[in-house]
This record gives sequence, C-alpha cells and structure tokens, in this order.
Amino acid sequence: MSRRHKSLLDPLLTVLTWAGTLVMFAPIAWMILTSFKTEQDAVSYPPKFFFTPTLEHYRRIFENDFASFATVSVLVTLVSTAIVMVLAVPAAYALTVRPVPKWRDVLFFFISTKMMPIAAGIVPIYLVARAFDLLNTSTVLIILYTSMNLPLAIWMIRSFMVEIPRDVFDAVAVDGAGRLREMVQIIVPLIKPGLASTALLCAIFAWNEFFLAVNLTTTVSTLPVFLQKFLSFGQLYTAQVAAVATLINIPVVVAGWLAQKSLTRGLTFGAVK
Amino acid sequence: MTSTSLSSGTRTQTRSNIAKGWWDRLPLLPALILVLLVTQLPFVITLYYSLQRWNLVSTNAPRFVWFRNFINAAGDAVFLKAIANTAIITFSIVIASILIGGLLAAGLNREFRGRTIARTLAITPFFIMPVAAALFWKTGVYDPTFGILGWITDDIGIGRINWISQYPKLTIIILTTWQWSAFSLLILLAGMQSFPTEVAEAAQVDGAGRFYTFRRLMLPHLRPFIELTGLLVAMYVLENFAAIAILTNGGPAYATTNLSYYVYLEAFSAFDLGRASAFGMISLALAMALTIPMLRVVSGIFKEGGRA
Repeated sequence: MSRRHKSLLDPLLTVLTWAGTLVMFAPIAWMILTSFKTEQDAVSYPPKFFFTPTLEHYRRIFENDFASFATVSVLVTLVSTAIVMVLAVPAAYALTVRPVPKWRDVLFFFISTKMMPIAAGIVPIYLVARAFDLLNTSTVLIILYTSMNLPLAIWMIRSFMVEIPRDVFDAVAVDGAGRLREMVQIIVPLIKPGLASTALLCAIFAWNEFFLAVNLTTTVSTLPVFLQKFLSFGQLYTAQVAAVATLINIPVVVAGWLAQKSLTRGLTFGAVK
Repeated sequence: MTSTSLSSGTRTQTRSNIAKGWWDRLPLLPALILVLLVTQLPFVITLYYSLQRWNLVSTNAPRFVWFRNFINAAGDAVFLKAIANTAIITFSIVIASILIGGLLAAGLNREFRGRTIARTLAITPFFIMPVAAALFWKTGVYDPTFGILGWITDDIGIGRINWISQYPKLTIIILTTWQWSAFSLLILLAGMQSFPTEVAEAAQVDGAGRFYTFRRLMLPHLRPFIELTGLLVAMYVLENFAAIAILTNGGPAYATTNLSYYVYLEAFSAFDLGRASAFGMISLALAMALTIPMLRVVSGIFKEGGRA
C-alpha cells in the first residue's frame, strides 16, 4: 500500500528537487555563459541565451595586473595553509592523543575565537601592521590567515585523531617510540586523507578572504581585492567580470567538489561526520 | 635528616613534574600562542583605544575620555540602526538558509538518477568567492537594465525593479542566503543520512506515514544538526562584509550597514579610531552574547567528539 503511495509522489519530488537544484546553480551557470559573450551580447535586452561564443575575455584577463594579484593569492594561500598544518597537527596531538590537563577548555577557547568578529580587532591590527611596516605585504596576510584558520584546523584534525583505534597507541607505547616519531611516522600517515581535506578547507577560506585583505593591502594583494576594482567600471565590463570571476572560482569549486565527503566535518569543526 | 632529604626529594619531583607538564604542553604552545597574540591581543588593545578620543583627522593628540565613546554610541542613530540591521539581516539569513537548505536536503536524501550530480551542483554556491558572487550578482542579476532578474520581473509584468536601491536589505539577504543555504544543505543532508534506516523501516512496517515519520522521528533526530547549522551560519553572517561592500556600500542611507561595516566606515573613512574601537567592543560583546549561549546548546555534539 505504502509502495503505491510512494510511486505516485516520488517522481514529483524528484522534479521539485531538480528544480531547486537548478535554481541554486542558475546564477553560476549564467555567470559562466556571460563570460563567453561579447560585451554587447552580455548587456543585450532581452538576455541572449544563444550567441557566438568568444574567448576574448579570457584572453584579456592577463592584460592588466591580474597575474601579480593571482601570484599573491597563490602564495598567501599556500604558505598560510602550510604553516597551519605544521602547527595544528602537534596541537591536535596534545589535545587528543596525549591530552594536556584542561584540554577541553583549550578546545573551547579555540572555537570561541571563531565567534569574535574580526572587525572588533581591525584598528589595532592595522596599527600594529603599520608599526612593523607590514601594510601592503603578503606577510601580514599570511600571519593573519594562519591564525584565522588554526582553530578550525585543530578541531578538524582532532576529529580524525579521535577515530584512531586505541590499540595503535598501545602498540606504539610498547614499541617505545618517542612522541615525535609517534606523531610523524604513525599518526600522520593514518589520517592523511583527513589532513588533505583540512588543508583544502583552510586554503578555500584563505583564497576567498576579503575583509582583512581590503583593509591591510592595496597593490600587493589578493584576487578579491583585484575583483573589487571592477566595481568602478559599472556595466561596461559585465562579461569581463564574469570571465575573471569564473576563472578564479575554478580552483576552489573543483577543490570543493573533490572534498565533498569530508567537507561537512571541517565546516562543523568536526562535530558532524 | 630523613625529613630533609624527603622534602628535597619531593621538590625535585615536583620540579620534574612541572618540566614534564610543560614538555607535554609543548606541541600545543606554538598554535596557542599565535592564536592568542594575533586574534585575542587586538581585542585587548581595542578596549584600551575605545576609552580614548582619537581622531586621525583632528590635530588633537589622543586623550583619555573613559566611557564617553560608549555613551556617544548609545546616542548615535546610525549605530543603533546598524545594530538593528545586523539583527534583521543575520536572523533572516539564518532562518532562510536552514529552510531552503533543509528542503533541498530532504529532496536529495532520496534515491533518484543523477542524485550525486544534483547534490554537487546544489552545494556549489557555497564555494564561490563572496566578492566574485556579489560582483556578478550586481551586474548580471540585480541590475535593472541588464540583469536577468530585471528581465524576469519585466516579463511577468511587475516591471523592471531596481532591486539594489529599492530593496537593499533584501538583495543582501538573498545573495548571502544563496551561499549559506548550500552550506546548511551540506550539514542537514549529513544529518539526514545519519538517520538510522532500521528506525525508518520499523516505522514503515508499523504503518507510519511519511509525514508522521518525518515529524516524530526525523525532526527530533535532526534537531542538534539544525541548531549547529544555526550557530555556524550566525557566526559567519554576523561578520558579513563582502556582500555589503560590493552591492550597496552600506547604503542607501545606512540601510544595509551592519556592525562590522560601521566599524570599518568609522575607522577607514572617518578615521575616528576611538569611536571605531568602541563600536568594535560593543559588536564583540553582542556577538559573544548571541553565540556563546548557542555554543552551550550545541556543545553536547562537540563533547561527544562528533556524531556519525
């Protein structure tokens, strides 16, 4: 009885789900489509769905200082993520495998830092950066993104370490391996996929960050700041904007797609697996 | 003599215990110190600045004025508006993201052809760089003459609406909800997939209808996931900056200025560091007042060390 009921409802639900999905994706599809139009086609009325595609805008991306902003973005993302991983693995180890006293308080301290709006600290951050001559450098962004992503990485890596069976550590203890060896040679290989998705998530956050970048840097800055400059051009460059936006989102979207499975865990600080 | 040697023995032992304690803490320290220095120290300095009259434009040297900046904040109509805007924008986005993400998750938590592709497409908005998303929505979607939304509204007969100037708050809410409902979709779908199938099957055998199963079994199971989503979305959206900076610049007439954006305006447009610091302290206090109780609600999930 319930089967027949189900068979009537199911196709309808599937259609509705697909409709919702396509609405979610539509702006992105529109952006990609627009990036292949000429500027005239991009602002034509009514909007054109069929047109002769052009690669002109992708070719023109590299005409201005896109490359230098992209270099800074890549550098800041890679270096900050690398430092995050090097610091977060030992920290998670000291909070999980060989827990320090009050490890729970430390963990909650880390998560609570994510709840404090960074805007509340921007004035001293700006002044300190200026005092150390770090304004408009990638160094300042690397330092800030590292500390911004550390709490997330520690929570996420911890959630992977918790899952390692107890016997592994007992065996290591019998074996008499030192802490460093235990961490580097035994734990790290066991949670490699987890570490990869942690790094990926930190990289996404660093790649997309805007508030700190726009306040602390101008010419030596990341891609979000580069994109913001298009604002002053108004509608003249709709297709060009679409092309740049499409290109700089490709790495993150592909990374996100690949890491779908463990992404949820990272985004919830390891709370949901 | 025995007593002295004993006491000195305990002392060395305590000392070696302390040394061992620090040795245990050593792996934690670099991360902890960096986070404390870079993310916590600024708040302490902000607190100090907030007690001063300090305007970079004025020729007067910084002067200690105690709580005058805070008292002035209470009388600043724009600041009060920014608090209200933050509340409205954050609250709407949290509710809308959970609803949309939840509905999509319910739809995707079923067997059908192309389900993986559908899920992948539906979560994509979350990965889009907020600045890029805002910029393209501004020119390609919201624009009254050239945007696709203007064309749709014209086509269905409501005319071309200038979304950004007529409904500034709504444009921010729609754009941000678009990105964050993909995020709640991810979490709520994980929640639904962790719902034990035996329970669902048992309920079906007992003759329970779909709606009943959903309300009485799925919703209670999902509750912690919904709370967690609410907390995380609120946490990130409270600081919503890119969408506002790109779409509206906080305008028109401060209609979309939230606390973060107002702190930014005070500090980097008005150069009033004292006031900006006071506003920053107040927004910090409000954010903590909002999220810490929510953290307590969901801390059960975290304490368990995660749920399947």
